[in-house]
Parts: sequence; C-alpha cells; structure tokens
Amino acid sequence: MSLATLLLLADGRLPSGGHAHSGGLEPQIAAGRVRDVGGLDGFLRGRLATGGLVSAAFAAAACGDVHRCAELDAGLDARTPSPALRKASRAQGRALLRAGRAMWPIPDVGRAPHQPVALGALAAAAGLTPAEAAVAAVHGTITGSASAAVRLLGLDPYAVHALLARLAPDCDRIAAAAAERSSDPVDDLPAAGAPLLDIGAEHHATWEVRLFAS
Amino acid sequence: MRAEARVVAEADGRGGTRLAVLRGESPLLLRRTGPRQHDGGVTVHLVGGAAGPLRGDVLRLDVEVGPGARLEMLSVAASLALPGRPAPASVLTVTATVAAGGSLRWLPEPLIAAAGCEHVVVTRVDVAEGGSLLWRDDLVCGRHDEPSGAVRADTVIRYGGVTLYRHELTVGPGAPGWDGAAVLGEGRAIGTLVAAGADLLEPGVPGAGAAVMPLAGPGSLATAVGTDIRAVQAVLDPLCRTTLPAGVAA
Repeated sequence: MSLATLLLLADGRLPSGGHAHSGGLEPQIAAGRVRDVGGLDGFLRGRLATGGLVSAAFAAAACGDVHRCAELDAGLDARTPSPALRKASRAQGRALLRAGRAMWPIPDVGRAPHQPVALGALAAAAGLTPAEAAVAAVHGTITGSASAAVRLLGLDPYAVHALLARLAPDCDRIAAAAAERSSDPVDDLPAAGAPLLDIGAEHHATWEVRLFAS
Repeated sequence: MRAEARVVAEADGRGGTRLAVLRGESPLLLRRTGPRQHDGGVTVHLVGGAAGPLRGDVLRLDVEVGPGARLEMLSVAASLALPGRPAPASVLTVTATVAAGGSLRWLPEPLIAAAGCEHVVVTRVDVAEGGSLLWRDDLVCGRHDEPSGAVRADTVIRYGGVTLYRHELTVGPGAPGWDGAAVLGEGRAIGTLVAAGADLLEPGVPGAGAAVMPLAGPGSLATAVGTDIRAVQAVLDPLCRTTLPAGVAA
C-alpha cells in the first residue's frame, strides 16, 4: 500500500472528468430541495448512506478481485434504475479508465464500466487494498457534490469544507463497513437507493441547459 | 406473533386460473374476492387479521403463479407497523415466483411506519422468462404529524434468472440522511412500481417528484415521492391500470 498513491486516486484534480458531475445535486437545487449548507448537509449524509456505501462496496469488491468486474457491473445496473445515472456512471468509469491506463497497467474490464468498478480496477492496478478503494469511492461520492454546491449556490467554501471535515469520520466508517462486505455475493452487496436522486437525474436529463452533466 | 400464508395460482386448463392453495393465518389472512376477471385471472385480498406488524412479529407470505395463471393481489387496508413491546424488529418476508406465461399483479395498500416502529420488509421475486409482473410498494413515513418509525425495505426482483432490480430503502431514526434531499427530502410518502417482462410503463417525468424509468434489463420502474400518499397515488394509480401484454399464453 501507498498512501501517496491513494491520495492521487482520490484527488479531485485527477483528469477523469469528475468536475463535470454534481453527484445529483444540480437538479435538487433547482427543485428547491437544497438551499444552504444545512440542506447540503442532509443531502450529503443521504448520499453517503446510499450511493456512497454502494460505490464503496463495489469498488472494494472490484479491487479485491478484478475477475468479478462483469458481474459487479451488472449488479450496479440492477441498483441504478435511472438511465441518466447509469449513463453518467459509465461516462465517469470510462474517463477514469482512460486516466488510469496512463498511470498503471489495468486489466481489461470493459470499455465503459460503472464508475465504482473502474475505480476498483484502478486501485488494484495501483497496488491499493479493497479498504483503500472503498475510502476513495466514498470520498469521491461527496467531494464532487460539495464543490458543485459552492459553484451552484455560491456557498461559503470554508463552511462547505468544514462540513466535509465533520463527515470524514462517517466516510471512514462507511468505507470500512463496505470493505467488510466486499466479498459477498453480488445480490447481497449493499443496495441502498436514493429515490430523489433517481427522480432528479431523470428531470435533469430533460433540461436544455445545465451546468453539470449529472 | 409468527404467521405464514401461501397462495398458489395455476392455470385451470380452460383459459382461467384456479387457486390450488390459499392458506393464511392471522394477521395474514387471504380471501379470494370478486368474480373471475375478463382475462381469466383471479383476485386475492390480503385481510389484516390482527394489529401490526408489531415488534417481534415474524411474518411470511409466499406467492406462486404457475404457467399461464393470472393472479392479482390486493389488500383491504393500509398495513400499520407499530412499536409494540421491546423486541427485535418485526419482519415480513414476501417471496413470489411467476412461471413463463404467468402474470402477477401485486398492488397492496401502503405500509405506514408509525412512530417508534421498527419493521423490515424483505421481498424476493423471481419471474421466469416469458412471465409478467407488476409490483407496487408504497410507504408512508409516520401517521399524520408524527415522526416516522424505522422501516427498511430490501427488494430483489429477478427476471429470467438475472437480477433486474435490487433496491434497499431505509427511513426513520437510525437512517442517516433519509430526510435529506438525496433520499426523500421533505417527502413523507414514496411509492415504487416495477414492471417486468416488457416495457409496460412509458418513460417520462409525470410530476416534480416522479419519474418512470426503463431499467437496464427487461422492465421499468416508476418512482414517486410526495408530501403525502395522495401525491404518490396520483402518479402511480393510473400506471397500475396498465394491462399486461396480451402475448402471455393462457
């Protein structure tokens, strides 16, 4: 394991197009469901407990055994009812693989796998452990939305980062819980859904003008 | 309280459906209702035979729809999960299998999570290739003007042996962020309707808190979140009137 390698993988400056996605925040702001740091807090806690846990478990599972990538990818399809979110996840997976291939030798995991599968494959290729892949996945679940919140709502960036600091112990706890379950059969892996994210993503996909891809 | 109930619907060989097994015990009582439907299907109502589910209850309902059989399952009233005595969470396990050419419409009234309840619903549905399914689950988070109880719904729907829809939803105390804008926000009612076997639901966004989505596999999901159950019913009820494809062999 290498802490510096883990930081590289979790860095928002990794050229994998992550900045183009708000993690479902943009439509919730448009619907008036998130207006301030308090609203962002509730949004991020829900993201962590649902998509964060699922992404972490699948990234850890893919990292633990890259031969499972195809079945894990199908498992994420079954957990992602929104076609807009499936598309966004695969777009991010593809972009992540492109960046990752320049960094480490990555086995064939398909052209555009779901983002957590791609992240797990990158982590394995980088010599990281499933638990580390899980931390990177959870971290990425909320930091993208947090920086989008600063841009979309003009929130105080210090207040938003203070919120991220408060959530860091939750990230660690969720990542550890996810990694613990990562060798379970795919149907038994976490499947916590977030209905308003699904609904918001479908509305968002109908907009003619939007700041973020998802 | 422990209770088990079982329904087995079979094709009767004359274009209709007969109930080979219809067995329940309180609180899961089953009654065949109404005349035979025009398509030869039968309707069974779930009748709450006791209060609850209450903490400590372990309930199980198994539904089996054979080749060419058509079954519709409804309930006479909402199911109200209540706290009861200090005990482990109440658990309702529902399993259903639908054979090729069979069809199951599961359209019960909502589950209401009364303040202080702790309830788990485990749903496992297997639809064979060529079978049809309409599966609805509505949840109301708390009775009027009270905090929500704790409910976890854990659902797997498989079609042709492949997992089509895998979903968990946890609300109430102990579910971080469930009332944040990613999960239910200020919504206190949610309904989901899964159609499997054909794209029976027209994709779209039928309201600010609703979407009808084609799944990655052969099926679709309609989800609606509202401040109360009426907002959910306004979206999902019309979709439930969709009839299943005529190509299903009887």
